[in-house]
Amino acid sequence: MNKELNRYLASGHSACAGCAYPAIVRTVLGEARSPVVIVNATGCLEVTSTLYPFTAWKSSYIHSAFENASATASGIESAQKILFKKGKIREKAKIVVFGGDGGTYDIGLQSLSGALERGHDFLYVCYDNGGYMNTGNQRSSATPFGAQTETTPIGKEQKIGKTQLRKNLMEIVNAHNIAYLAQANVAFLDDLKMKARKALEVKGPAFLNVFSPCTNNWKFPLSQYVNVAVLATETNFWPLYEIEKGKYKINKVISNRRPIEEFLKTQGRFKHLFAAENKKTLEKMQEMVDEEWKKLSANASV
Amino acid sequence: MEKGAVIKYDALKAPRTGNWRYLYPEMKKEKCIGCGRCVSFCPEACIELRKEKGSDNKTVKNKARVDYDFCKGCGVCASVCPVRAIIMKKSE
Ligand SMILES: Cc1ncc(C[n+]2csc(CCOP(=O)(O)OP(=O)(O)O)c2C)c(N)n1
Ligand code: SF4
Ligand code: SF4
Repeated sequence: MNKELNRYLASGHSACAGCAYPAIVRTVLGEARSPVVIVNATGCLEVTSTLYPFTAWKSSYIHSAFENASATASGIESAQKILFKKGKIREKAKIVVFGGDGGTYDIGLQSLSGALERGHDFLYVCYDNGGYMNTGNQRSSATPFGAQTETTPIGKEQKIGKTQLRKNLMEIVNAHNIAYLAQANVAFLDDLKMKARKALEVKGPAFLNVFSPCTNNWKFPLSQYVNVAVLATETNFWPLYEIEKGKYKINKVISNRRPIEEFLKTQGRFKHLFAAENKKTLEKMQEMVDEEWKKLSANASV
Repeated sequence: MEKGAVIKYDALKAPRTGNWRYLYPEMKKEKCIGCGRCVSFCPEACIELRKEKGSDNKTVKNKARVDYDFCKGCGVCASVCPVRAIIMKKSE
């Protein structure tokens, strides 16, 4: 095994073959320059790294319920502060929370909002695989428009899949006026590294939203997560950007964005969109992507 | 279930996920340029760059090497290798 990459999350975990999040977790933690305490909301990462009586974690790790990963992080940070003040610990650990999109966009949103507003010193990393994957692919508010999931099936009446738009979590987090947040993608690890370093250096809350393809439920071959993720950014479906003290910066400007179909056609969850009856739906999805990109570019140019 | 037990990582007991594999990555050493792309994308963190002597027995170069105890055979490494130095083969 690779010793350097095994520093926090070790080989032997049971994530599906070809899963994307191990590289995200290792890249983010690889930038830590102090000891870390990891807080993990329920989800694939937690379930596949803590199969009793084993653990794949080599640093302090706490699993809390879905709703309260950020509340747990707040408690740890506050306890550390007091222990430090009393001279009982000499060094404070950095607290890093990992949660899936279900645990972040939906169920843990209130505790995340509370912790951001109170200004705790922690980094929250959402690995966004666009659904509740550990329980078998139910839709979340991060699931893209048009995706078929177990709870947005295709049938006689329903031809599209999910009919609602994705929630813009970045804007919600940004509304808390935190010093640093960024959107990254597992396919661009140098960019993720740079963002993790900045986010870990912030005193106070920081947030990373990282694109994490799921071979199992997006339905693409085991070997393809990097290629699928590259297309998400090259079609402008998942732009790479950061917001530092309120200032937007796009980290990768795509001069000639690819048509959204190129991303969609790599995955079985969008297969139905290529039926003749969904021609208009595809056009609409392209418009949606272009519209979002326009808004983001406008924010970045002021 | 033990109450108050501390569960520690134990390398010797870590599940050997190599037994999940039905394809395995065959490494074409002579082609590998030591760029490390496969290393960072491998979900199992089971690829290392090792310094190895070239065929002239003098020059030392980085070459990717797989730990088959943990490799699940996903093929991600083969799909990201820029010089096709990794080929997925039916299991050993
Ligand atoms: C309050 C609560 N509701 C439901 C569950 C069941 N549950 C466990 S994991 C999971 C899915 C998690 O989805 P997400 O946060 O997106 O992470 P992923 O599994 O996709 O990594 C669900 C619904 C639970 N553990 N707690
Ligand atoms: S279900 Fe998806 S997200 Fe969960 S471990 Fe498997 S590939 Fe990863
Ligand atoms: S096949 Fe998958 S698990 Fe095995 S070395 Fe390649 S990337 Fe790693």
